[in-house]
Amino acid sequence: MISVQEQDFDLAGEYSYLRESAGNAGAIVTFTGLVREFYEADAEQPVQRLFLEHYPGMTEKALDDIVSQAASRWDLQASRVIHRIGNLRPGDQIVFVGTASTHRHHAFSAAEFIMDYLKSRAPFWKKQHSADQVRWVESRTLDVDALKRWS
Amino acid sequence: MLSINYFASVREQAGRAHDQLDMPASVTSIAELIKYLVATDPSRMTMLEDNSVLVAVNQTVVNTDYTLRGDEEVAFFPPMTGG
Repeated sequence: MISVQEQDFDLAGEYSYLRESAGNAGAIVTFTGLVREFYEADAEQPVQRLFLEHYPGMTEKALDDIVSQAASRWDLQASRVIHRIGNLRPGDQIVFVGTASTHRHHAFSAAEFIMDYLKSRAPFWKKQHSADQVRWVESRTLDVDALKRWS
Repeated sequence: MLSINYFASVREQAGRAHDQLDMPASVTSIAELIKYLVATDPSRMTMLEDNSVLVAVNQTVVNTDYTLRGDEEVAFFPPMTGG
């Protein structure tokens, strides 16, 4: 199941969902991404706020496709993806990926695969606001390179 | 009718989020659609020629040689930065 939402999520609730949906799973992996406090190299002030824009419709389609690809590569009994949109602050939860499988290797790999793809293949865009500037976050070569190990 | 959406920095440079367009006879592909949009509004739309700008048709990323029928949902946006 995937969700694109403004509201925060509850790790315990998501874990319970995975545990109940997974049947006879032997492993559940959960990953939570947080908004970091950071400074741009040329900025005096830290980033105070991120705004997450997305492409309604395509976002859900892209996430469904990424999860389907993961399910075709590994033995997945359940999965859960949540991505938040709108205004977020340092320390906020921004993304959740949970995978349940018979074996831990499958659950770990599928969770990493979903995160790697989601960073550069799902239509989200981050805009960062600090006291002295506003700018769109640029995609990182590192994130695009991360996809190569799965091909 | 083509439905064209712009997102993030592309939306800001275009100065709008959306266009509806009866596909001109000269346009049969995304590459030609880009040429047409740039010609109609060069100061705002020249950025569509930037190689980093991505194009989706009916919510799937495509190449600029993609052939259009004229009734698609097209979107232009910068590289994605989720997660």
